[in-house]
Amino acid sequence: MNRGFNRALSEGDVLRRRASILQRIHIDGWLLFLLLVLGAIGLFVLYSAGGKDQGLLIKQASSFGLGLFIMAVVAQLDPRFMANWSALLYVIGVVLLIIVEVVGHNAMGATRWINIPGVVRFQPAEFMKIFVPMTLAWYIARHNLPPSFKRILISGILVAVPFVLIARQPDLGTAMLVLVSGVFVLFLGGLRWRWIIGAVAAVVPVAFAMWTFVMHQYQKQRVLTFLNPESDPLGSGWNIIQSKAAIGSGGVFGKGWLLGTQSHLDFLPESHTDFIIAVLGEEFGLVGICMLLLVYLLLIGRAMVITLQAQTVFGKLLAGSITLTFFIYVFVNVGMVSGLLPIVGVPLPFISYGGTSLVTLLSSFGILMAIHTHRKWIAHS
Amino acid sequence: MPPPIRLKDHERDTRLIRSRVLFGGGALVFLMLLLMVRMYYLQVIQFEHHSTLAENNRIHVQSLPPTRGMIFDRNGVILADNRASFSLTLTRERAGDWEQVLDSIMEILELEEDSRELFEKRIRQGRRPFEPVPVMFELSEEQIARIAVNQFRLPGVEVAASLVRYYPQKEHFAHSVGYVGRINEAELKRLDSVNYSGTHHIGKTGIERFYEEELHGQVGYEEVETNARGRVLRVLNRVEPITGQDIYISIDSQLQEAAELALDGRRGAIVAIDPNTGEILAMVSQPSFDPNPFVTGISFKAYGLLRDSPDQPLFNRVLRGLYPPGSTIKPMMAVAGLDSEVITPSSRVFDPGFFKLPNHQHRYRNWNRYGDGWVDLDLALARSNDTYFYDLAHKLGVDRIHDYMTRFGFGQRVALDMFEETAGLMPSKDWKRSRYRQPWYPGETLILGIGQGYMQATPLQLAQSTALMASKGKWLSPHLARSVGGVEPMLDAQMPDDIVLRDNSIWTAVQQGMENVLHGKRGTARKVGDSAQYRIAGKSGTAQVVAIKQGERYNRDKVQERHRDHALFIAFAPAEKPAIAVAVMVENGESGSGVAAPVAKDVLDAWLLDEEGELKVEYGGVLPEGDKQ
Repeated sequence: MNRGFNRALSEGDVLRRRASILQRIHIDGWLLFLLLVLGAIGLFVLYSAGGKDQGLLIKQASSFGLGLFIMAVVAQLDPRFMANWSALLYVIGVVLLIIVEVVGHNAMGATRWINIPGVVRFQPAEFMKIFVPMTLAWYIARHNLPPSFKRILISGILVAVPFVLIARQPDLGTAMLVLVSGVFVLFLGGLRWRWIIGAVAAVVPVAFAMWTFVMHQYQKQRVLTFLNPESDPLGSGWNIIQSKAAIGSGGVFGKGWLLGTQSHLDFLPESHTDFIIAVLGEEFGLVGICMLLLVYLLLIGRAMVITLQAQTVFGKLLAGSITLTFFIYVFVNVGMVSGLLPIVGVPLPFISYGGTSLVTLLSSFGILMAIHTHRKWIAHS
Repeated sequence: MPPPIRLKDHERDTRLIRSRVLFGGGALVFLMLLLMVRMYYLQVIQFEHHSTLAENNRIHVQSLPPTRGMIFDRNGVILADNRASFSLTLTRERAGDWEQVLDSIMEILELEEDSRELFEKRIRQGRRPFEPVPVMFELSEEQIARIAVNQFRLPGVEVAASLVRYYPQKEHFAHSVGYVGRINEAELKRLDSVNYSGTHHIGKTGIERFYEEELHGQVGYEEVETNARGRVLRVLNRVEPITGQDIYISIDSQLQEAAELALDGRRGAIVAIDPNTGEILAMVSQPSFDPNPFVTGISFKAYGLLRDSPDQPLFNRVLRGLYPPGSTIKPMMAVAGLDSEVITPSSRVFDPGFFKLPNHQHRYRNWNRYGDGWVDLDLALARSNDTYFYDLAHKLGVDRIHDYMTRFGFGQRVALDMFEETAGLMPSKDWKRSRYRQPWYPGETLILGIGQGYMQATPLQLAQSTALMASKGKWLSPHLARSVGGVEPMLDAQMPDDIVLRDNSIWTAVQQGMENVLHGKRGTARKVGDSAQYRIAGKSGTAQVVAIKQGERYNRDKVQERHRDHALFIAFAPAEKPAIAVAVMVENGESGSGVAAPVAKDVLDAWLLDEEGELKVEYGGVLPEGDKQ
C-alpha cells in the first residue's frame, strides 16, 4: 500500500512549503482571478444591456461583493464538517421547500420566495443546488464505489423529492439544475454505463407511449412549442426570433459596446437577465462570445484540476458535480438563447442580472476552494 | 461461493472517479465547441440574413385577428354583422412622448377633455411592445382627413381599418343575441393571450358570450420587416387567421316583431317555444336597449341613464325576471294530483268562497268571494278556482308538489345556451329548514298550490312548463342556437328526464281543462278564445307584487302603478297538435285573462296564421279553394 499515501504526503509537503497568504486564508488564486474577470465582464455587458442604468450596476456589483464574502466564509469550512452536516442541511432545505409550497410569497406568478417581512426574503430552491449534491456525495462516499443498486435507488429518491417540489413552484430551470447536480454525483461515483444507457434507452419508448396514448392534443401542442418555440411567434418564439437576430447581426467583431440596436430598442425582452448573451453577441460579435466561453472553460478547467486533486471521495464527488453543473448552466443558457435548446429559465452565470444566483454560484466556488485548500491537513493526519 | 466482502479501496475509487472526470471533461469541451460552432453559424454564415433583419429593418410579428362569425335568425336575417370601421391607433414605443401626442390629437380633432381620460386608460392597457393600441373608434370622414393632414405631428399614430360588430336589429335582439364589448382586465387574465392577441372585443352577454369560442375563430399572424419608422417593407411569413363560425339562431324575427308589437309598449316579457324541438321562436324583454354603443364603449352618461332607468331596460326579464307564477301553475298542479291519485277528473270539491284547514280558523279565500259551488277539475281550471287547488295542495303536501314542479323545470336552469339564466325558486321543507331554520307550515302549502308564496319562476320556465304540457312531458331543453358553423351545436348538458305519468289520459284531461279556459262557457279567457280560428289551450295568472293582508281586498285605486299585480298567461296551440307554446308576462298588467291573454293570442296568430289571416295548412288549416267544394 501506500504509494497513494506517500504521494499525498509529499504533495502536502510541497503545498505547505509554497503556502502563500491566499493559501492560508483558504482562497484559491486561480479561481478568484477568473471569477473577478467574469464579474468584470458581467458588469460591463450589464451596463449596456440594462440601458446604462447605474442603479442596476451598483446593485449587481454589491451582490457580487456579498457573494465573494460568502465564498470566502464558505472556503474556511472543513469539507469533513460539510459532509457531517449535509444530511441535516438537506432536511432543512426540503422543509423550507414545503413551507414555500404552503405559504410561499408569490412573485411573478410563481411561488418561489419565503418572505419574513423586514428580515429576509429568499428562494429555498437555490440552496438545494448545493445541498443536494453535497448530501448525495456524502451518502455515496460512505461506501465502496460504484454504488449498489439500493444506494442508487435511495439517491434517486433524495433527488426526486426536491425536484418535484421545485418543479411545482413552477421553476423548471432550477428543478432541472438540481436534478442534474444529483445525477452528476452518481455519474462520477461510477454509475454503471449499462444503467446510464438503459435509462436513456427507456426514455424513448416511454415518451412514445405517452405521446400516443396519454397526452391530449393541447398538451402535445405545448410540448411542440416547448421543443420548437419558433412555431409560436406570438408567444415564446418571439424571444428566440429576436435573440437570434441580435446575435447573428453582431457578426465577427460586433457592433461595438453600447451600439447594439436590437437590445436597445426593446426588441429583445429580458435582455439584462436570461437573454444577456444576445447583447454580448450583438455588441462584441463572435470574438466576444468565444472569449467569454474561453474564460468559462478556464474556470471549469481549474475546477477540474481541483476535483482530480481532491483527496477524499466526498471532495471529489462534490467538486466534480459542482463543476459539471456549472458547465450545464453555461451550456443551457447559451444553447437556449441561440435557438439550440428549448427555453428554460436559466441565467448565464456571473453575467445575467440577479443577486440570488450570484450568491449561490459564488458559494459553490467557495466549496471548491475549501476542498482544495484544506488538503494538507488531511495529508498530515 | 459468496462474493468477497470488499474493503474500502481508496485507490480504486480514485481511479474510477478520475476516469469519469476525464470523460466529463471531454464531453464538456466538445459541447463548448458545439456552442462556438452554433455561434459561428449564426454570426458568420447567416450574418447577411440577420444583419439585414436587424440592422436596417426590424422584424415584427403582427397578429392577424380572425373575423368574428356572424349571427342570423332562422330565416337568414342578419342579427350580428361586422362592419368596417376606422379607428385611431397609437404605438407607444414609436410615439416618443405619447402624452404630448395625445395632446395634439385632442387639439386636432377638437375633442372634449373627458375623452382624454378614456384614451389614456386604453393606452395603459396596451399589452405587447410595439403593438398599436386602438384609442378611438368609428372615426368620421372628417376626422380621418384631419389626422392625415397633421400626420407629421403625430408619430406612432395611425388610422386603422378594422371590422367592428354591428347589430342591425338594434334593440330587438339585445336580450337574446347579446353584445360584444371591449375586453376588460379580468377577462384579459382569463383569456388565451395568444389567440386573443389581436382581438379587442369579446362576447359579454347572450349568444355572443355563450358561443364566444366558436364565434371568435383562430388568430393568424405575419412576420414582417418594417423600417425604423414602423412602415411594413416585406412580409416574411404569413399564417392566415381562421374566421369564426356563423351561428343561426331559432328566433324568427317576424314573430319577434309581432310579439313586441303585441306588448304595445308595456313592460313585460314574452317567450315562444316550439314544443316539438325546444327551439325558442321569440324572446322579448321590454323595454330593451340598443346594444351598438356597448361595442365601441358606451359613455358613462349614456350608461348611467340605462342603468338607473326605473323601467330597467338592461334587465333581461325572460331569463332573470323572477315572478310568482300564480294560477299558471294550476295545470301542472292538476297533473300532479291526477298522477298521485289524490283526485280524479270527476272528483268534486265544494267551494263556499274560501278554504279552511281542519282545526284552523284562517280562511284562504277564492278570488271569487261568493264561491263557485261544486267544482270538478274541468271547472276548476276554466274558472281558475282557488279553493279547489287549496284542497288539492293540502292533499298532495309540499314535498310532492316540489317533486312534480321540479320535473316541470321550476327551480332550476332549463335553457341549454343562455348565459344569464337564473334558477328561480321551488320551495320544499328542506329548503325552508336550511334557508330560514323554520319548519314548513301547512298554510304555506296552500299558498304554493296557487303559485304564490315563496315560489318564483322566470318567464322562460313558464314557457318551458307550457311546452312540456303541450308535448305531454317530452323534455326538450329550450335553446337558441340552431346551427353553429353549419352543424347542430353539440351541447353535452344533461337534459332532465321526460315526465312519464301512470296514465297518458291524464295529459288529455288537463289539456282539455286548459282548452276550456279559452273555449269553455265559463272560461276566464273565453273572450280571447271566441275570436280564435283554432283551438287554444291556456291558463291565466296574476303575480302579486305586494302582499295583501288578511281581510283586506285588492283595490287597484289604492295601489301604486308599480305595485299592481303582474299579468301572466301561458298557452299552446293548436290544442290538438301543438306547434307553439307561449308564456306572456305583462308587468303591472293586473289581469292575466284580460291583458296578457290577448297578447299571447297575437303571438300565436303571428305564428299560425298566414297573410290572409287563415290558419296555415301545416298547422291544420284547410286549403282555401278546391277543397271546399
